[in-house]
Amino acid sequence: MSNALPNDLPRPPRELEQLKAAWEPPKGWRLLKSVNNTHIGLFYIGTALLFFVGAGVLALLMRAQLAMPGNTLLSAATYNQFFTMHGTVMMFLFAVPVVEAVAVYMLPQMLGARDLPFPRLSAYAFWAYAIGGLGFFVTIFFGVAPDGGWFMYPPLTSKPHSPGLGADFWLLGIGFIEISAIAGAIELIVGILMTRAPGMTLARMPVFAWAMLVVSLMVIFAFPAVIAGTALLELERAFDWPFFIADRGGDPLLWQHLFWFFGHPEVYIIFLPAAGMVSMLVPVLARTTLVGRGPVVAALVAVGALSLALWVHHMFTAGISRFAVVLASAASLAVALPSAVQMFAWIATIWRGKLRRGTTSLFVLGFFALFVIGGLTGVMVAVLPFNRQVHDTYFIVAHLHYVLIGGMVFPLFAALYHWTPLVGGHRLSERAGRWVFWLMFVGFNSAFFPMHISGLMGMPRRVHSYPDLPGWALMNGLSTFGALLLAGGVALCFFDLVRTLSKSKQKPGDPWGAATLEWLPTESYGQRSLPQVSSSDPLWDQPGLADEVQAGAHWLPGNPTGGREALVSSVRKAVPDYLLVLPGDGWLPLAAAAGTAGFFLLLTVGWLLSAWACGIGAVVALWAWLWQLDRPLHLNVAPIGRDTSVPVGGNRHSRWAIVLLLLVDASIFLSLLYAHLHVAMALSVCPPPGATVPGGRSVMLAVGGWVAASVAVEIAAWRLRRGVRWQLHLALLACLVFVAIGFGADFSGHLNAQLQPRANAWSATVATLLAYEAFHLLLLVLIGAFVLARSASGWLTPRHQAPLATLRAMLHASVVQALVATVVVRGLPVWL
Amino acid sequence: MIPVLHPDGLDALAAAPMAWTLLVGGTLIFMVMMVLLVLAVRGPARPVRPLWWLAGGGLVFPSLVLLALHGANLQHIERLSSVPPPGTPLLAVTARSWWWELRLEDALGPLTFANELVLPVGQPVHLALASDGVIHSLWVPALAGKLDLVPGRIQHLLLQSDKAGEWRGPCAEFCGQGHTQMVLTVVALPAADYAAWLANQRLPARAPATELQQLGLQHFVQQRCSACHTVRGVALAVLPAMVGDGQEGEQGGPDLTHLASRRSIAAGTLRNDASNLRAWLIDPQQFKAGARMPAYGHLDPAAMDALVAYLSSLQ
Repeated sequence: MSNALPNDLPRPPRELEQLKAAWEPPKGWRLLKSVNNTHIGLFYIGTALLFFVGAGVLALLMRAQLAMPGNTLLSAATYNQFFTMHGTVMMFLFAVPVVEAVAVYMLPQMLGARDLPFPRLSAYAFWAYAIGGLGFFVTIFFGVAPDGGWFMYPPLTSKPHSPGLGADFWLLGIGFIEISAIAGAIELIVGILMTRAPGMTLARMPVFAWAMLVVSLMVIFAFPAVIAGTALLELERAFDWPFFIADRGGDPLLWQHLFWFFGHPEVYIIFLPAAGMVSMLVPVLARTTLVGRGPVVAALVAVGALSLALWVHHMFTAGISRFAVVLASAASLAVALPSAVQMFAWIATIWRGKLRRGTTSLFVLGFFALFVIGGLTGVMVAVLPFNRQVHDTYFIVAHLHYVLIGGMVFPLFAALYHWTPLVGGHRLSERAGRWVFWLMFVGFNSAFFPMHISGLMGMPRRVHSYPDLPGWALMNGLSTFGALLLAGGVALCFFDLVRTLSKSKQKPGDPWGAATLEWLPTESYGQRSLPQVSSSDPLWDQPGLADEVQAGAHWLPGNPTGGREALVSSVRKAVPDYLLVLPGDGWLPLAAAAGTAGFFLLLTVGWLLSAWACGIGAVVALWAWLWQLDRPLHLNVAPIGRDTSVPVGGNRHSRWAIVLLLLVDASIFLSLLYAHLHVAMALSVCPPPGATVPGGRSVMLAVGGWVAASVAVEIAAWRLRRGVRWQLHLALLACLVFVAIGFGADFSGHLNAQLQPRANAWSATVATLLAYEAFHLLLLVLIGAFVLARSASGWLTPRHQAPLATLRAMLHASVVQALVATVVVRGLPVWL
Repeated sequence: MIPVLHPDGLDALAAAPMAWTLLVGGTLIFMVMMVLLVLAVRGPARPVRPLWWLAGGGLVFPSLVLLALHGANLQHIERLSSVPPPGTPLLAVTARSWWWELRLEDALGPLTFANELVLPVGQPVHLALASDGVIHSLWVPALAGKLDLVPGRIQHLLLQSDKAGEWRGPCAEFCGQGHTQMVLTVVALPAADYAAWLANQRLPARAPATELQQLGLQHFVQQRCSACHTVRGVALAVLPAMVGDGQEGEQGGPDLTHLASRRSIAAGTLRNDASNLRAWLIDPQQFKAGARMPAYGHLDPAAMDALVAYLSSLQ
């Protein structure tokens, strides 16, 4: 192989210096403006662990309250805030962010990339999450935290039953943090599919990357449902639009559908990355390749697909249709299969190899035991008669913690022991590690196993106290004792982690004899040259790879453009395609994130003026950030290997990102449309008495406007290709005017039809669809203005027309949505 | 001991064998997996046949188990959607924040109770479940799996006990501040006792038998207890909208006509005796935070004695 290496040695003397200079991280407090995945990834992991500790402390306080019957340490009101925050913070601020964080930190190295394709997007996602999350968390110190449970079921969370600010903090805070999770998911999908090292075909891609790919796609489809749900509930609270109020044609179950359509995939979004990590760790620990790599990847995909079909299993006791129950219980049972496949693949791998003893393998083995229990109780609760007994009892509390702590936190700790050397070159203490494991393992089982029994004894969830019935005090006392041990283990580990990370840095080398690229030597620029990969276990099958890569004998050993660069490769075969020039560090992502977070938090407390100031600040920062993108470059072609050059700049990665964004947009729209269908189908007369649909003329005018806008933007693109600039501008202006006409006609049509969103849920859902259309109008105007400004400054050329491409995609998508909404809203009354 | 596994009534009886099967079967599968794991860790490196492991262990075996379980599911769905036998007495259960209102509908007309569901041994009762505010869930582990009470919907459940006794029925869906203290007491009586109980319930409230009780009745009226609480024969609850925060359907308190016949007060919060009743009247929030019941600590002790004496006489 070595004679066929992509580049000749030795490398020119200045090459490495120039590469280093381009990737030089900012010093001191300025590190906050870094957008490099290594820094953002570590900030991200650290923040997520902080929330883990915070929510864990809340859990300890709850366990203290439940240590004995009739305890009065916490009042019901405080307890309710605590368990709501515990669940919310663990799910939204720890579990999902931490897996995205690990991916941001580790995936580029694992894939042989210098960074993720949109570094500023990951910086934005992180800062939005950190600022928004902290703002949300501190509400607990002021007693204004939400107290309606992490599932936020209305009517308990509607205005009459939860008049305080707590629910608004939840709805705006969490809705907004989901946006950050989605941004991260888009980043990861494009990164995984398009920035892999040359030769790393999909078949050779590490299983963790597969897991993150599946998970990110799930985020794209599932999270929009909860964004739509939180928007509806907030609209109901703020403006009295009765989506969930039964007396006015709403339905409390509508929330449950939207919430669990997100909420169940969420559980797998948390578990699959952990499964991916285990699939990476087990082969290294057993020193043999993963048995059934293909089936394991297929299992990940199958879980992702099935998880979108089983949300209804959280609602078996709520009274839903027979068909839904049959389907959901079947899917809930079937989802056990892919997990079984993975479990057997792992055990078979250990069977084939020889397991190295140590803390990492202890945590992996602990994971097996706990996850098998959690999986088996999961199958149990998919059996309806049993479900109706244990639903909403401590049996479920036990089950979900076996799945989430056993299935995700234990692998995460295994990962921590395995991958910590990547950060500063030092391993965590093995001696302390044994203590950590046994404290956590014994503590966990002592805390959560008795909960199975207290649940069967009749103890419901979410009670702040319980009577002194036979056996209850014993079970709960054990749980509290175990929780303390568990916390002790976590504390010891984090203490060791801080101690280890504060040692002076050294090169990690390859302490475990691992197989994948993250163990190649790295600096701030990632690997010196991007490896040519010819195996799914490159470090095992390609001897000498580390030295070759370090010497610069592989792809792109320098930075031909002088800036930061990524190599974009083809999706399936990972053939180098073009060089993507990455942005350097800067404050814009942080400013935009602070503005966005400020907007939502201040809106919640009702400081409208400051909120809008923040919002406008965020838009300005975002504009400035986008303004720097897609500029003409001085270099058209750059060498990446001895005989290989690739074009500099390309649009494939941004086109994918836009498509993914439009999928998110479409999913939100479909969720809102589903809300409309849900309430409309329940009506005996549609539209309900007092409401009407707009007349034919306004509909014709609206449809005409939208179609004309779509045509106009295509004309604009055509004129750009021909280079007739004044016609391009005319077409763009015409396009915006047509959109405005389309929306104006639709809006006035509903106005003339006396649309009153407060009157009934049907009207409220129609108004929501209209509002979502207005939101698109606003976006299109902003993007249109951007394109015009871009064109006026001369930077819009046939080769650099990403802003126009974005406008086109967004516009067509908006038009399709508007047409679908019109057909459904007007068509249902005819059809029903 | 463990009501889910040692049930006493219809629905729960059908669920218990399944619960046993799942728990025992689950334990066995867990043990087999752990033995495999131990063998894998302990043994030397050996070749494996991926097909056996992945297809056999991962697909075929679990598929067989899961198919069998799905059969049980389909059966359960059939049973749940079956129509109650004709002539089954109908009991409307309305969940309120945070207590249970019950209304028996039979040939002699409607009759209202609170927080204590009494049924004859061996006979099914048809519960029609509704809520007037937020979502609650009715769960009597020894007798039946739970069903939610969702505003805007009515759900149906057949409840039956095969032996006499008393069971806890905690609210199982988080419903706010009073969630913990929203316990329905279910009592099954032999047919004769049930008939006697029902006959007593049909009577209007007893007239005060002593002077003290008479004085208590006067205080009951003066303090406007009847604004929320009905005592049939004495006072019908007045306008519900007069109390509380005026939320829809969230007003009114339990019917007190036969308060003293109940085993507990405040939906399972306190045992029903004179001293608890007194403590409850003085400061309800101490026992059930969030309860809509106002505090009557300002009454002088003599008046309180009288009030308690009167309420305790409402057998």
